[in-house]
Amino acid sequence: MTSLPISPPAHRLPAEWRDLLALTKPRVMSLVVFTGLCGLLAAPVHVHPVLAFAAVLCIALGAGAAGALNQWYEADLDAKMKRTASRPLPAGRMDRQAALHFGVGLAAFSVILMDLAANHLAAAILAVSILFYVLVYTVWLKRRTAQNIVIGGAAGAFPPLIGWAAATGDVSTLPLLLFAIIFLWTPPHFWSLSLFVRSDYAAAGVPMLPVVAGLEATRRHILLYTLPMIAAAVAPWALALAGWLYGAAAVGLGAAFLILAAAVFANRASDAKQMGPEKRLFAFSILYLFGLFGALVADKWLLA
Amino acid sequence: MSPIPEDEVRRRQRERAKVMALLLGLFVILMFAITIAKMTVNQ
Repeated sequence: MTSLPISPPAHRLPAEWRDLLALTKPRVMSLVVFTGLCGLLAAPVHVHPVLAFAAVLCIALGAGAAGALNQWYEADLDAKMKRTASRPLPAGRMDRQAALHFGVGLAAFSVILMDLAANHLAAAILAVSILFYVLVYTVWLKRRTAQNIVIGGAAGAFPPLIGWAAATGDVSTLPLLLFAIIFLWTPPHFWSLSLFVRSDYAAAGVPMLPVVAGLEATRRHILLYTLPMIAAAVAPWALALAGWLYGAAAVGLGAAFLILAAAVFANRASDAKQMGPEKRLFAFSILYLFGLFGALVADKWLLA
Repeated sequence: MSPIPEDEVRRRQRERAKVMALLLGLFVILMFAITIAKMTVNQ
């Protein structure tokens, strides 16, 4: 259970709209929107541009709502970490209840709008993804187990599934593979970050893998999770669900990811300043996902 | 506890009202566009 008093009396002021926007984690949202859009564009049907825009907007709003509710629940943790201490709630620029109302309202709005603009299935998956991120990851797993982001990673894997469902009204093998790719990508991505911000997580008492199992075990896990991630990324091409362009991107980007993960595995540094390989892997992992999903869409639109 | 400056409250309320008005306007346009798009698709 979170401890409630975070903000000083200044929070009695109405929140600035910029702080409400910051609650939605706009930077995280960009990757969510991109993968959702790619799921929609990779679907084998034509979607009216307005309906496609509305579906992607709903994915963005749903992600923003989940981010706001995450920050509402984790205000006490955020206050203890350098990386997050300047967010609106721990910095005392906003009332907690306003953040809760904003998050719940935005979540309901995004699901209802998705139902109106797309279909029931897309709206249902969007609702599940928000609830999964807030209840399963944020409330249940994050403070309890080092496997928090392994299971919780599923929350970030929903957008391509939602995009596909919004376009087609169903779910098939390809969107499930896209889900699997992001699900398996999340642990190496977050563990590489958690290696060089380990002291932050330790100070906040979050049982991230480097805090609980140590640096060496985390580096080994990063390398081990990279292998099934690459296999999942190559699978759409191997199963003839995508063409050679996507296959070449999956193999090339996967090889680069593996080399960087091996460099992390070989690194023995415990000081964050000497964790160059970890920082490179973290930065590349974001590029990896953009490149892979971009290649999937390019493959479908340029080669089909 | 220092008193909350009324000017600052009003300024924030005005800014939020402007943003909300803009968002509501965009929402109306979006709903109109969705309706027309759905009619087009169904035809």
